[in-house]
Amino acid sequence: MIESAQTKDRIRRVLKHVFLIIMAFIMIVPFAWMILTALKTNQEAISVNPFYIFPHNGWHWENFGTVWKSYNFIVLYKNTLLLIFFRVVCAVLTATMAGYAFGRLKFRGKSVLFALVLIQMMVPGQIFIIPQFLMVSKLGMLNTTFGLVFPGLVTAFGTYLLKIGYEGLPKELEEAASIDGCNVFQRFARILMPLTKSSMVSLGIFTAVFAFKDLMWPMIVCTNADTTTLSAGLAKMQGQYGNDYPAMMAAATLAVVPMVVIYVIFQKQFVEGIATSGGKL
Amino acid sequence: MNKKRMSPKEKNEERWAWLFVAPTMIGLIILNFYPIFQTIYQSFFKTGDFGKGNIFVGLANYQTVTQAAETWQSFWNTIKYALIEVPFGIVIALILAVLLNKKCAGRSVYRTIFFLPMVCAPAAVAMVWKWMYNTQFGLLNNVFHTNIAWISDPKIAWIFVGIIGVWSIIGYNMVLFIGGLQDIPGDFYEAARIDGASEFRQFLSITVPLLSPTTFFIVQTRIIGALTIFDLMFMVMDKTNVALPKVQSVVYLFYQYAFVQNNKGYGATLVVLLLIFIMILTVILQRVEKKIVYHN
Repeated sequence: MIESAQTKDRIRRVLKHVFLIIMAFIMIVPFAWMILTALKTNQEAISVNPFYIFPHNGWHWENFGTVWKSYNFIVLYKNTLLLIFFRVVCAVLTATMAGYAFGRLKFRGKSVLFALVLIQMMVPGQIFIIPQFLMVSKLGMLNTTFGLVFPGLVTAFGTYLLKIGYEGLPKELEEAASIDGCNVFQRFARILMPLTKSSMVSLGIFTAVFAFKDLMWPMIVCTNADTTTLSAGLAKMQGQYGNDYPAMMAAATLAVVPMVVIYVIFQKQFVEGIATSGGKL
Repeated sequence: MNKKRMSPKEKNEERWAWLFVAPTMIGLIILNFYPIFQTIYQSFFKTGDFGKGNIFVGLANYQTVTQAAETWQSFWNTIKYALIEVPFGIVIALILAVLLNKKCAGRSVYRTIFFLPMVCAPAAVAMVWKWMYNTQFGLLNNVFHTNIAWISDPKIAWIFVGIIGVWSIIGYNMVLFIGGLQDIPGDFYEAARIDGASEFRQFLSITVPLLSPTTFFIVQTRIIGALTIFDLMFMVMDKTNVALPKVQSVVYLFYQYAFVQNNKGYGATLVVLLLIFIMILTVILQRVEKKIVYHN
């Protein structure tokens, strides 16, 4: 009896891992194929008979260097980094301030203003794009970092996230602070804000990842190859050199690798950041 | 004006509060609320050359848009995409979440791998899949010795574009599910085990109802996400691809009209219709939520 229950348990465990391994394999294949193709010559990549899984006449690491130079990747990285940096700073700063006010302070108009925040979150973002583009265009800010950052200067979602963060802090904190003679700003800056660090980190990661992934907005406002981001740059390259498969895959690898490396190092923060933000959306 | 007199302390607090919400609220009004009305306004205009000299045309844009077969096809394409991405992306993610919720060997490695597409630019992901789907040189046809036009056969292309969507979203949904699973108190399972309930039985009677708020949340956000899909179609489907008319999403069409052909009025009309569609769906989903989601 006990033995059969044990075997049953073991079979179940094996089946579970077989399933997980198959799924993991499916997840990995596109990445593996991307890198393997990037290391081939174009002749090898389009060779069908025989079909090569692995590069067979040397691994052409130099493909990365060629792509790096010919598509000006350094500029794409720089633009993407600037976009991410300013989006994160703007989002965290404005959302922290607004989140504190909505979460801890009493003021007239609070419920109306917060309703606006919630409404913005429910409306699909595409409805904002044409007027946002026209504004950037009128300001003469097409093909600039400001143009890229523009729609992310403030964040309704981040405000909501931080509001929840501030509401979750114990009431006694402020009472103690008031007795100590702190004013509203000091209470915020010295006592409460440091305690919402995890919400701020979550919002920062969430903002960074989505800024990095965005495709339509950079394609619209930054049409020059030297002002655009990695995502939009890839779209441009595909349009121009789509048939040079190793080059395309090398470009895709270069676009993906930095974020993947950061993700693997800060895994816990990434998964928690995106999940807690996403989960509260 | 005020019914209640405010103490100086309260007044002071209010001033600070307004100061703190001001950047966000001014930003939201300029960046989001004004644009909503501007987009609706624009849908009543024909865009002049170089975006100048807009002419008021009343409902003419709506007439053209709703009479174009292409519009309804793109709505249908978007719905079909959602019908693949949402259910499969959720069911597979739920299975993975349940398997990975308990401690097991390699749990964090699996989680890292499944979540990987979440941190990758969809543009790059789509490029890789497009290459794997290549009819002549692609990995799939050469490994399976098939000759399938995965993404250029108008009959089946939508399925395989949908599969890329499923692959991309599984890890995200899984992480949200794991979050929901960890909120279920362990004693429920303890009690069920003492009563001799099988694991499957526990899943149906404990996990499913208690997880339903999480599930519903994911369903709702994924439906809206899928209905506004753009990147995948844009990167995977070449302009010359014969299957494009059967795959292009509403937002893809919006992008083409508003920013490639520079017909902002027409583009605005499309996106207003999409907004109405999503709003109606949201209201319906809220109704359904009250009926089926288990609340403590």
